[in-house]
Amino acid sequence: MPELIKVGMADLKAGKNPDSIISYGLGSCVGIALYDPQTKVGGLAHIMLPDSTQARATDNKAKFADTALPVLLDEVLALGGSRSRLTAKIAGGSQMFSFAQATDVMRIGDRNAEAVRAVLKSMSIRLVAEDVGGNYGRTVELLLDSGAFLIKTVNKGENRL
Amino acid sequence: MEKEEVLSLSPMQLDALREIGNIGAGNAATALSQIINRKIDMSVPRLNILPLSEVPDVVGGADTMVAGVYLRVFGPAPSSILFLLPRDSAFSLVDMAMGRENGTTEVLNAMDESALMEIGNILAGSFLNALSYFTKMTLLPSLPALAMDMAGAILSVILIQLGQVGDYALVIETEFATEANDVRGHFFLIPDPGSLGVILNTLGVNE
Repeated sequence: MPELIKVGMADLKAGKNPDSIISYGLGSCVGIALYDPQTKVGGLAHIMLPDSTQARATDNKAKFADTALPVLLDEVLALGGSRSRLTAKIAGGSQMFSFAQATDVMRIGDRNAEAVRAVLKSMSIRLVAEDVGGNYGRTVELLLDSGAFLIKTVNKGENRL
Repeated sequence: MEKEEVLSLSPMQLDALREIGNIGAGNAATALSQIINRKIDMSVPRLNILPLSEVPDVVGGADTMVAGVYLRVFGPAPSSILFLLPRDSAFSLVDMAMGRENGTTEVLNAMDESALMEIGNILAGSFLNALSYFTKMTLLPSLPALAMDMAGAILSVILIQLGQVGDYALVIETEFATEANDVRGHFFLIPDPGSLGVILNTLGVNE
């Protein structure tokens, strides 16, 4: 029986075919899916913040773009993934509320997405698709049999990366 | 590393915060009752210290469809206020506020959205009145903002701010319901990092 592996906020998990990995209700957070199409293993991280060096509480590595990706990579490699074949897809990073006086705090979604792109680049992992921004929430699911990254929204339909 | 502020609160401090929550939420419930002209039952406010990732479970999980009215609180103790209603409750509440028969609304138009934001505004204002009275601080709400989406996505706005300094949230949370149970809602007050100490100081329970 294929298993549905759940990833909470500031959490990450790896898995292999035929399972899938899901994370519900991303707002300004970003979901990062890594996948190796040959061995059909992959992983999903749900990060909340761009940068662990700007924060006081850094015990949970899965919370930050810069610390979550190395841990996710290790877990995917441990299941038999090959670093050279891995590709990344990302989704999330929205701005849920719009205020006239938008501050940096409100633009956290953009900053998360930018940070994830930069970290992927620095780790030489190819970003092949993204669905980021807007003002709505997303539920994301990585299907490990195909590598498809499904994005479900309330009013904007479904997207398949 | 220093222990997180919210994990080291004494029983007396927790009691003081719970009491403020009680009176603030009572004010807000009275205001709501007047707007929709119905009796409102209110739960005794719960004061929860939760891991950030578990906060969405309070309203039924990260993918529960809710309407959220969000306000920032300005003043010496900056905080966030979030009024969350399940989607159906939001529709019923709008029907009541607009004088329509219950069950009419299926999609919010611009006027309905304004009505929901105004209700959020009034609830927040009445809650803050109580908090200001006890703490002798001037606490003012921002204009309200509305989103209709998954609970996890809406709550992430607040949880991300807390995530910079900790892994736990202090959530003062009350449940409202009309007698017919057609409107239920959750009211959250989430102090910004640092604001909790300010509130405790003004209450005279910060040792």
